[in-house]
Amino acid sequence: MKSKKLAFLGLLIALAFVLSYIEYMMPINIGIPGAKVGLANLVVVVALYTLGERDAFTLSIIRVLLVGLTFGNMAMMMYSAAGAALSFIAMFIVKRTGKLSQTGVSVIGGVFHNVGQIIVAIFVLETSAILYYLPFLVIIGTLSGVVIGLISGMIIVRVKKIFRWS
Amino acid sequence: MKKNDMILIISILLLAGAFLVGYRRYQIMNTGDNARVTVTVAGEAYGEYSISEDRTEKILLPDGNYNILEIKDGYVSVSEASCRDKICVNHAHIHYSGEEIVCLPNKVIIGIINGEESDIDGFAGQ
Repeated sequence: MKSKKLAFLGLLIALAFVLSYIEYMMPINIGIPGAKVGLANLVVVVALYTLGERDAFTLSIIRVLLVGLTFGNMAMMMYSAAGAALSFIAMFIVKRTGKLSQTGVSVIGGVFHNVGQIIVAIFVLETSAILYYLPFLVIIGTLSGVVIGLISGMIIVRVKKIFRWS
Repeated sequence: MKKNDMILIISILLLAGAFLVGYRRYQIMNTGDNARVTVTVAGEAYGEYSISEDRTEKILLPDGNYNILEIKDGYVSVSEASCRDKICVNHAHIHYSGEEIVCLPNKVIIGIINGEESDIDGFAGQ
């Protein structure tokens, strides 16, 4: 890996960490458990389109570990790991099909992030009753995915202009 | 943004919206006068209360955490909780069968189930 690329990955990890911290400090509380803007997903989408899939995956894992160990506990880490993993896999598949732009990919990421968290909640709470929240979370995930997708689109264009690597 | 993105976004929103509206109607139609409030903690039943009687109940967990359940005029809400995020406290009050308030940190689920008709003896519900 070229050193320039490596430095950029480090930068993105730091950014994802900061965005997660901001979201931790100012949780949106609209009375729906698990509802999140998913600011850090912005960085993952940018990485996916500038650095490539492998580095975006690395970033995703490191972010979950860093944030979990710094601010969270085991339970919180489990939720965010499941959300991040499922969301990454879904975005990876959708991106590979080539049918959607980064906005669609980010929407899929947002939706599946919430789906992953619901799945963990089902196991933690030992009830499927929490599925009741799924449609709310899908809508929130879609809306935040649109915003994050549009913003990351603007960032991706600029990053590609500055950094040129193969 | 491609055309496919728009199609994806609109279809997700429509699907989720349609499901919400449909489920809401189902909830309203299936709520009788004898609906009961159920509380489960970590998947195990904690208590069951009538929705038509006003009461305040402190749901106390073994580790000292708590949620204060309030039933008033047929509406159920959480007035106070020991958890960090307070999502359950900010949750809109619930009234219809199938609605829930969930406190993830405390693993508390407050739900409403439609109680059996009280004049049929021997049917204790689920």
